[in-house]
Amino acid sequence: MSTATKKEHKSNRPERGGVVTFVEAIRQGLWEEMERDPSVFLIGEDVGIYGGAFKVTDGLLDEFGEGRVIDTPISEAAIVGAACGAALMGMRPVAEFQFIDFITPAFDMLTNYAAKCRYRWGAGVAAVFRGPCGAGVHAGPFHSLNAEAFFMNTAGLKMVEPSTAYDAKGLIKAAIRDPDPVLFFEHKKLYRLPRLREEVPVDDYTVEIGKARTRREGRDLSVITFGAQVLTALDAAEELEREGLDVEVLDLRTLAPMDREAVLATARKTSKVLILHEASRTGGIGGEIAATIAEEAFEWLDAPVVRVAATDTPVPYSPPLEEYHLPQVRDVVDAARKLAAY
Amino acid sequence: MKNGSTTKTATRAGKGEKGEAKEAGAGASAEVQSSNGAGEAQPFVFLPPPPAEALSVPDPLSERGELVCTSETTLAPAQMLELYRWLQLTRLVEEKLVNLYRQTKVVGGVFRSLGQEATAVGTCYALRRQDFISPLIRDLGAVLVKGIRPREIFAQYMAKAWGPSEGRDLNIHFGDVERGFIGPISHLGDMIPVMTGIVLAARMQKKDVVAVAYIGDGGMSTGAFHEGLNFAAVQRLPLVIVAEHNWYAYSTPTSKQCAVANLADKAAGYGIPGYVVDGNDVLACYEVMREAAEFARSGGGSALIEAKTYRRKGHAEHDDQRYLPEGELEAWEKRDPLERYQRHLLSNGVAAQGALDEITADARREVEEDAAWAESSPMPETEKAAYNVFDNSRVPPAFRPKVFGRDE
Repeated sequence: MSTATKKEHKSNRPERGGVVTFVEAIRQGLWEEMERDPSVFLIGEDVGIYGGAFKVTDGLLDEFGEGRVIDTPISEAAIVGAACGAALMGMRPVAEFQFIDFITPAFDMLTNYAAKCRYRWGAGVAAVFRGPCGAGVHAGPFHSLNAEAFFMNTAGLKMVEPSTAYDAKGLIKAAIRDPDPVLFFEHKKLYRLPRLREEVPVDDYTVEIGKARTRREGRDLSVITFGAQVLTALDAAEELEREGLDVEVLDLRTLAPMDREAVLATARKTSKVLILHEASRTGGIGGEIAATIAEEAFEWLDAPVVRVAATDTPVPYSPPLEEYHLPQVRDVVDAARKLAAY
Repeated sequence: MKNGSTTKTATRAGKGEKGEAKEAGAGASAEVQSSNGAGEAQPFVFLPPPPAEALSVPDPLSERGELVCTSETTLAPAQMLELYRWLQLTRLVEEKLVNLYRQTKVVGGVFRSLGQEATAVGTCYALRRQDFISPLIRDLGAVLVKGIRPREIFAQYMAKAWGPSEGRDLNIHFGDVERGFIGPISHLGDMIPVMTGIVLAARMQKKDVVAVAYIGDGGMSTGAFHEGLNFAAVQRLPLVIVAEHNWYAYSTPTSKQCAVANLADKAAGYGIPGYVVDGNDVLACYEVMREAAEFARSGGGSALIEAKTYRRKGHAEHDDQRYLPEGELEAWEKRDPLERYQRHLLSNGVAAQGALDEITADARREVEEDAAWAESSPMPETEKAAYNVFDNSRVPPAFRPKVFGRDE
C-alpha cells in the first residue's frame, strides 16, 4: 500500500469453504462479497492496515486497497453517518465497531437516521453495522456489551447474532445483500473457539435473515437463546439429558425481525419455555419473547415462562465477579430442573 | 495551576511564525517570541486564540448611497433575474405556508427563513446539477433551487398523501437522490456525516460530485458536526459546509453556542479553508460558493463558508421572540435580502421594475397553483402507516396486531 510498514503484509486470501473458525467464516464472507460486488466496502477504526482489533478484516486492505477498506478517525457517528450516505448513493457499506460497546456514540445515527430513512422517504439504507459483542472474556464494563435490547424498540433496524461458523458466513453475506440496515453482532468469545470449527460450503450460500434454527430437538422443555449462550444451552441440555430431561434448544439467529413462528412453535411443542440471554435481565429481549408467548401461546403452556440472564449490573471485570454476573450452565440447569418439575 | 501564575513564553506554531506572531492580537501576551531563537529552548508552545472581532466585508452601496449587493459578480443578467425569481419564490412559498397554517391546514409548525433567503438561494445556485445538498429547515430556497417543486413542500407541510413522504414525515424532511437533495432530520449535525458519506461514495464511483451541508450556529455545537467534518477533512472529500450564522438557535444566542467570534474560525481546527460572506447579499453568496465548490471539486478537500445573516422570525410561527434585544430586528429589516437585491438590479440597470413585477407575478401564480394542488390531495389512508419500515417485499408490513390473535 501507500505507506511503508515494519512488517511486510501478505494478502492472505482465505480459502473458499473448508473447515474454518467463526472469525474465518466471517472473513471469508466479507472477502467473497467484496469480490462479488464492487459496491461493497469496509469502513471503521483500524480495519485496514491492522486488519481490525480481532483481525476480522485481516488482509482485505492488501487485496482491495484503501479506496474500499477505509480506516477512519475515532468517530462512530461519522462511520455510521458516512455509511448511511454512501448507501444512499448505491454503495453497500460494511461498518465495523471495534467493540459493540462503541455503538452507543452512534446511537443517534442508527436509530434516527439509518432506521427511519426508508419509512420517511422510501430510501432504504442497505448497510451492515457489525462488531464484536459479548462478555465472558474479562474485558470489563466497556468491552463486553450485548446491545440488542437498546435497538429492539427501534423500528427499521434488523439484528443478527450467529452462533456457528456456518451461520456467521451465511448471515454476513445475507446482511450485505439485504436492502435494509442490519446490525450484525459477533460474540467475541466465539471468534476462535475450537469447538466451533466446522466445514462451510465451497459454493456461495446465504442464511436467510429472520429465521431461527432448532439446534437440538427435545420434548420436555425449550430453551430459546442466541449467540454464545447457545453453547451454554447445549451444555446444559447435555447435562439434563443424563437426568432424563429432553431439552430443545432454539437458536434465534435473527433478533429483529424475530422468527415469531419458530418461537411459538417450540413453546407449543414442549409447553415449557426458558429464555436465556447474556444481557441483563431487566428490559432484555427475553421479556419481549415471554410476552409474545404469553399473548399467542398461553393455552399451550404448562408453566410460567422463565428467564435466565445476567444480573442487573454493568459487566464487572474481575473473573469471579463476571462469573457471578453472567448466566452459567449451572444456572440454566437449575432453572430447567425447576421448570420441568413445575 | 492558575492561568496567570506562569510566564507565558508564547510562540505561534505553524508556518510564517515571525510574520504572524505580530498579529496574534489581544488574546496573546506581549511576550510573543520566535521559537527559532538560537539557544532559547522553550518548554512549550502557546497558540493565542483567534481574534475576538467578528469579520465582515464592507457593505456595497449604490451611487445613491443605498445598501445593494456586491458588484463583483460573474453572473449574466439572465441568471441574475433567475436568482431573483428563486428569492421571490422562496418568500412567497413561506408566506403561503403561514396563510395555510393560520387556516389550520398545516399540521405541524412553520419554520421561516425570512431575512436569510439569500444564503440558501445564492449558495445553491452556484452548484451543478450532479452536486448534492442537505439543507436545514431554513434553507427552503436551496431546496427549490435544487428542483423540488413548491407543491411537494405544501403537501409535506399539510401531511398529505401526495407529499414525497406520503404523510410519514414533515416539511423538508424527505429526499430525492436523483435531484441531489438529501433532506435533513431534526437532529442537527447528523447530516454532516451523511453528506461525507455521499461524497465518499461518489469518489469510489468516480463521480464528479460536490456535497454541500447547511448548518447553523446551533448545529455546529453538536458532536455529529465535528465527527462528520473531521472525517471529510481527513479524507480530503469535496464537502462544503455552509454555516449560517443567524444569531439564534431557538432562543439561544450565538454567544452561548461557541466562544469564537466567527463560525469560520472553526475551519482552522479541521485544517480546511474558511470563508466569511454577507449572507444577506445573494450575489456574494453565489460567488463564495462558486469559489468554494471549485476548490472542493478540483481536489482541494473540504471548506467552510460562514454566512452572516439574521433570523427575523422566531424558531417557528408560535415563537414570540421575547428574547430579542430592542432594535435588533429593525436593524436587520433594513438589510432584507430581497429588497436589497431588487434595489441592486434596478440601480444597476439589470432590469426595470416592470420586469421584476412580472417575475414576482409568475412566481405567485406557481405558488397558488401548487398550493391548490396540494390542498386537493387526500390525507393518507390509515393503513399506510404500517408499510415501509423495511423493504416490504422481504418483510411484511407492521400491521397492528390483533388482541388474542392466533396464527391459525
